[in-house]
Amino acid sequence: MPLLMIGIPLLAVILLNLGPRRWISKQTALYTALAATALQMALAAYMCFTVGIGSVSSIRFVEKLSVDLFSAVTLFTIGLVAMISLLVSRDASEGSRFSFFNLLLLIVAGMNGLVMVTDVFSLYVFMETVSAASFVLIAINKRGQELAGAFKYYMLSAVATVLMLTAICFLFLCAGSTGFAEVAACVSAKGNSPTLIAAFLLFTSGLMIKCGMVPFHTWVPDAYSNAPAPVSVLLGGIVTKVSGVYVLMRVYRDVFLNNAAVGNVLFALGIVSILVGALVAIGQDDFKRMLAYSSISQLGYIVLGVATGSPLGFVGALFHFFNHATFKSLLFVDAAAIETQTGTRSMSHMGGLAKRMPYTGVSSIIAFLSTAGIPPLSGFWSKLLIVIAVWRVSPALAMVALAASILTLAYFLVMQRKVFFGKPTEETREVREAGGNTVLAQVILSAVNILAGLAFPLLLFYLQGIGAL
Amino acid sequence: MNLTILVILLIGLVASAVVCVALSDLLKAAIALAITSAILSIIMFLMGAPLAAVFELSVCAGMITVVFISACSMSRIYTRKEHEQRQKARNRRFLLLPALLVALAVVVFLVLSPHITGVSPIPSGGSGSGVQAALWGSRQVDLIGQIILILTGVYGVIVFFKEKEADGK
Repeated sequence: MPLLMIGIPLLAVILLNLGPRRWISKQTALYTALAATALQMALAAYMCFTVGIGSVSSIRFVEKLSVDLFSAVTLFTIGLVAMISLLVSRDASEGSRFSFFNLLLLIVAGMNGLVMVTDVFSLYVFMETVSAASFVLIAINKRGQELAGAFKYYMLSAVATVLMLTAICFLFLCAGSTGFAEVAACVSAKGNSPTLIAAFLLFTSGLMIKCGMVPFHTWVPDAYSNAPAPVSVLLGGIVTKVSGVYVLMRVYRDVFLNNAAVGNVLFALGIVSILVGALVAIGQDDFKRMLAYSSISQLGYIVLGVATGSPLGFVGALFHFFNHATFKSLLFVDAAAIETQTGTRSMSHMGGLAKRMPYTGVSSIIAFLSTAGIPPLSGFWSKLLIVIAVWRVSPALAMVALAASILTLAYFLVMQRKVFFGKPTEETREVREAGGNTVLAQVILSAVNILAGLAFPLLLFYLQGIGAL
Repeated sequence: MNLTILVILLIGLVASAVVCVALSDLLKAAIALAITSAILSIIMFLMGAPLAAVFELSVCAGMITVVFISACSMSRIYTRKEHEQRQKARNRRFLLLPALLVALAVVVFLVLSPHITGVSPIPSGGSGSGVQAALWGSRQVDLIGQIILILTGVYGVIVFFKEKEADGK
């Protein structure tokens, strides 16, 4: 079954390109891509219930691909965000949609491979597929700003690649193999050797660039804000999370075995990202740039959870990974709706949209409350787990993380007031609600945020019951 | 003897790579990159990886250089004055690069070389069965990744070039 996770999107690409392009309408291409993502979600949900917790009960179908609960949840999230991006693309009039569908399916196949591999070199191969497809997707309309954003993304991605390839060479020199298990055995035997420490730090630096963590974050606002609307949803919602955060979580736990030196670096980068991301987000006027800085801040929480090295921190980080993918996708869908309807991203040119765009207004409130960690929404639970896990290691860091939540609330309240309340401006006076597909995407993601928040205590009991916490 | 040759080749490799980065003339930079790839192929031959060397020589030094030179032939050529100005600016920018690389190499060598031990012998890729084992036995997952990468490249070309022509029409 796991091979299907790569096979389904690839098969969809082959089907779309079998005959001359005039044979396949854009509607058919959209439905094919939607069917592929829906099938992926169904299979991933099935695997979530069958694999259980931990790699012991994971499904292995070939030597270097496996699925555990962590990867099954990520596969489900990839399918969900890809589906939302496809829905948004239907209402976005710009660009070549046929190429977009194909590239989206290729990026999904790449991310699925990235999630299931158990070899650091294969990780690198699939990361490159994701980076290359992201580069083309960001610049798909070939406009100056988009090309500049894509170029910046690709250049920094290339630097990350060099750092990570060097790290992989060091790991290979130490372990004689690039498989997770073999490298982990080597780390366990000689974890403090300078070669391994150098490999850890180089690999982590590369991943920090991919995540867009401070101080490697400069590409994030340009790439997120300049990309076309459906690409922003995909990029901000899942791509950088999988190619950066997922890999960090997987490698730090399964390969670096929660190494203390890397943990300390992650603590420092996590807390700096939380603060810098939130502080810079407050001063933004561009809606999508504000969301980009907010993403940097929220990723900091996930990294903090991972850095604790505890099961509680890891579960918190995993849940925040899922939540961040959903509430940030929702905010990017809202941004896409507003940009399409008003023609601007500048918040100072907006106002009074709550009456004109009620679905967008309500879904934005749900998303920002979840991001700020307000109960009972999903973001509250994941942040709570992360803060408790961090408190056990360092109460001071936990206090800073908590205080940063107030900053999150502050910049989102400012955004809400500027965009949705107050008097309508010239640009917003005649605005109407976004198209039906965008509204459908908003409803789906809002429901996921609310339901995940309400159902989380049950999940927590389940995790405690099986000894995962 | 072998080690001396390898060290000389490695110095040549780094030097040609630095020249490639520092040159402002794209055509000359592409040629410098081809020389870098060719030296790397020789090193791979000497280190007992003939198949990797053949791929490096044919794909990187051969095919990619042809693509680069074709692209350069389609670009606008700078005037002599523009070219000199750009080269001067580039020389200033990359003045410290060779020194930095040498310093980095010395640090890496001194710090890490005593700790690099226990490398398992890698099966020779010289025979047909070796290639088969490497590609289908141990790296089949990477092949799937490469298929995705090639398809992405195809769509990149379609998006940036074919659709651009259509837009122009």
